[in-house]
Amino acid sequence: MTGALPAALAALGRPVLAALAAVGRVVLFAIAAVGHMLRPPFYAREFGHAVMQIGWNSLPVVGMTAIFTGGALALQIYAGGSRFNAEAVVPQIVAIGMARELGPVLGGLMVAARVASSIAAEIGTMKVTEQIDALVTLSTNPMKYLTAPRLLAATLTVPVLVGVGDAIGIMGGWMVGITRLDFNSATYLKNTMDFLQFWDVGSGLVKGAVFGFLVALMGCYHGMNSARGAQGVGAATKAAVVSASVLILASNYILTEVFFSA
Amino acid sequence: MIELRGVHKAFGANRVLQGVDLVIPRGQSMVIIGGSGTGKSVLLKCVLGLVRPDAGSITLDGQDVTRHDSGAERDAFLARFGMLFQGGALFDSMRVWENVAFRLMRGALKRPKAEAREIALEKLRRVGLGPQVADLYPAELSGGMQKRVGLARAIAANPEIIFFDEPTTGLDPIMSGVINDLIREIVVEMGATAMTITHDMSSVRAIADRVAMLHGGLIRWTGPVSEMDATPDLYVQQFIHGRAEGPIPSVR
Repeated sequence: MTGALPAALAALGRPVLAALAAVGRVVLFAIAAVGHMLRPPFYAREFGHAVMQIGWNSLPVVGMTAIFTGGALALQIYAGGSRFNAEAVVPQIVAIGMARELGPVLGGLMVAARVASSIAAEIGTMKVTEQIDALVTLSTNPMKYLTAPRLLAATLTVPVLVGVGDAIGIMGGWMVGITRLDFNSATYLKNTMDFLQFWDVGSGLVKGAVFGFLVALMGCYHGMNSARGAQGVGAATKAAVVSASVLILASNYILTEVFFSA
Repeated sequence: MIELRGVHKAFGANRVLQGVDLVIPRGQSMVIIGGSGTGKSVLLKCVLGLVRPDAGSITLDGQDVTRHDSGAERDAFLARFGMLFQGGALFDSMRVWENVAFRLMRGALKRPKAEAREIALEKLRRVGLGPQVADLYPAELSGGMQKRVGLARAIAANPEIIFFDEPTTGLDPIMSGVINDLIREIVVEMGATAMTITHDMSSVRAIADRVAMLHGGLIRWTGPVSEMDATPDLYVQQFIHGRAEGPIPSVR
């Protein structure tokens, strides 16, 4: 009996310590990565490539997500609003919902699925096949060459994706509004434009930058720390997507609290 | 001259290196032999600074290589090295010539693209590959050709010291012979210091000036390749003749 309690406490403590150690490693990695992002040498070609991969190539999936979400949102708000004669607020609520929350969060999650996975799988495979070691022997710092361009590209392009997603999402709501809900097109657009304030959109773009940074950070971190073999790369990829998604949702709450709590 | 003194390295409870002492004279080709899992790769990575030893010193021409903290110092150190990796470690997102010219297109050795490509083509020719492979991707090449490209990349910036990690692993015997001869020729021609790790005895006889055997975290034996067959050391004898019975356990 005597040994049971300490053993139970130790069993409880071990995962807590492991989790704290993991958080510490991620934070140290992030600090180092930001340092490399700000100091030369800069790899312009890798940055350009990352902008295409992360930003440009994500446009279709972010656009699709936004248009369907905006459309569904319009239907829901109309249905919900009709319970208390508030059908007319559809344009305003679609706009604010897309710009403040759904644009950045859904856009961020789609980018996490697309980009965190591909970064982790690519860097993980490079690690497993000794390409990372090869970079070092060729006098190239992998943190600068692989991590920094991706982090910078994601931080800069995801806000743009969010902005495009906002516009397409509002367009989705407008399309449903004028075809299915009998809104007048000009009135719908006028209500949207009059109601929306700069900070509604601006806060979403700031969120997008944070989410982009987190997505690339998780992809790079898990890729660089991938275990050996196909299984190792698979586990790294999964961990990158899951951790990026959870971090997006958690940081979204914190940012919303900071931006909008009275 | 590369000099290792009392190098220790452990991964958790696994004490891989337990006091390695080894000297590689300038311009000589040293081949390190030893069974799988004896820490040959770890030893090589310690010299390159990819793995930091727990204790001991590694010096290159009298300078400690494990303590390069500033980036510039480390770059200058690494610029003297070339390395051929076991699996080639070619960058699969780049064409063959871009792999070979990697070092010539960025950093301190950066030069115009056309010139870098010219040098890459010349190095490819040196390892027996024609210009038609230059614009292919590594995945389009056979294993032997990938090894050649890896070799061309390793020698692209004319290094003073070249490391070869299991250069013949995964190749058929004829291709192994070809790669061994190529390595020997290039090392002699460039006057480079070479350090090779292998368990392929045909490589040892083709490449080595001197041989060292790593076992149990220590250098068991070292000497000129000509004396290897005559040494009474039972570990070396078992290894070079590939006997199942002997002091080296068969289950490792």
